[in-house]
Amino acid sequence: MFALANPKRFMDTTAALLPWLAGAAALFLAVGLYLGFTAPPDYQQGDTVKIMFIHVPAAWIAMLAYGLIALASLIGLVNRHPLADVAAKTAAPLGALFTALALITGSLWGRPMWGTYWVWDARLTSFLILLLLYLGYIALWNAIEDEVRAARACAILALVGVVNLPIIEFSVDWWNTLHQGESILRVGGPLIAGVFLWPLGLMAVGYTLLFVTLWIVRIRTEILERRARALIMQGTA
Amino acid sequence: MTAFRVLLLRDLRLATRAGGGMMLALAFFAGVAVLVPLGVGADPRLLARIAGGVLWVGAVLAGLLSLDRMFQADYEDGSLDLIALAPLSLESTVLAKIAAHWLTTGLPLTLLSPVLALLFDLPARGYPALVASLALGTPAVSAIGAIGAALTLAVRRGGLILPLIVLPLLAPAVIFGAGAVPAALDGLSNGALWLVAAFSTAAVLLSPFAAGAAVRLHLAG
Repeated sequence: MFALANPKRFMDTTAALLPWLAGAAALFLAVGLYLGFTAPPDYQQGDTVKIMFIHVPAAWIAMLAYGLIALASLIGLVNRHPLADVAAKTAAPLGALFTALALITGSLWGRPMWGTYWVWDARLTSFLILLLLYLGYIALWNAIEDEVRAARACAILALVGVVNLPIIEFSVDWWNTLHQGESILRVGGPLIAGVFLWPLGLMAVGYTLLFVTLWIVRIRTEILERRARALIMQGTA
Repeated sequence: MTAFRVLLLRDLRLATRAGGGMMLALAFFAGVAVLVPLGVGADPRLLARIAGGVLWVGAVLAGLLSLDRMFQADYEDGSLDLIALAPLSLESTVLAKIAAHWLTTGLPLTLLSPVLALLFDLPARGYPALVASLALGTPAVSAIGAIGAALTLAVRRGGLILPLIVLPLLAPAVIFGAGAVPAALDGLSNGALWLVAAFSTAAVLLSPFAAGAAVRLHLAG
């Protein structure tokens, strides 16, 4: 991993890798979506069960992205490497996007199934807080002009957030069980059948590949932007 | 310890004298408490039920008011550089600032809360839980707020970003703190006070390290 920390080597490697990643992401998503939409309607949820295939993987990626940001932040703080800073910075908007996607698709599923777009269910609440954490992180990054300083400050924030996230998760669970939800929110009481499991697994792989592809593209863009800025500085100096 | 005490007393003096903002936070707290019944209606049963939650949210927001000045005032006039050069470690400095902030906001807010709870017709058995949860929980507001204040130290309009950073991190404090009051009303014991105390302790012990690192980073530039 650290061999790739050299921006030049990173650019070369990812340039060769990117088409394959993008192609694999498209393939997995296409097959997953096809299987998902041709899956039989659930005996209870009807056709709305198909929202699950785009909803559940988005939620997984949303959490994965925060973990990756925290990991990149730790490497950035300890090893002081710009590429780790760039990786953390560029993952944040993607994570926020997948969190928002999970919330939106979830509420679209909730409308027919629970009869409401929003319930203060423990999991919904903790995802809303996760979205706020992402937004705070992005806002802090945009507010500090000096790049190195912004990276360090945001790394501290990300690590504070990752320490606090399990506590938030626990507190929200505790809060909800205390108040007793208004409807029974448990989804998969029975085990998920194979016809649903296959598209879900394919979509999960597809989402992961999509996230990695977009992440690499964003990192490359950021590196190129910094190079361009450096060239302009040289020209004007 | 002397340096710690000197810094603490200095910050207390600054906060309580003109322009310190201590009375401002209390007035804001009272303002929120008055506006909520105007917004949700005057049904006494409803008000008694939501008193704990409203006062908790009000206390957190009032505590945020003066947070952006926690380090920024010292940063702007250069005294933070001198404080950083002093033998006191930055972590201890942050702890002194957290203590000063709590003594001038969290503690007065806690003491004011039973008076405001009267306006909500809170039943008598709710008062101990309300005061205890605020007394135990508001140190977490000051401590986690210190991280936000340190991170936004040299940021233009940092006061606007500060709540966005701090509020989601304070969710557990609000949940446990406000949760103690309805539980006391129903005569239940749900351990909320223990949990808010645990959260506060962890926040006060750990946040000086994060906030200290953030201050150091802004001073280095």
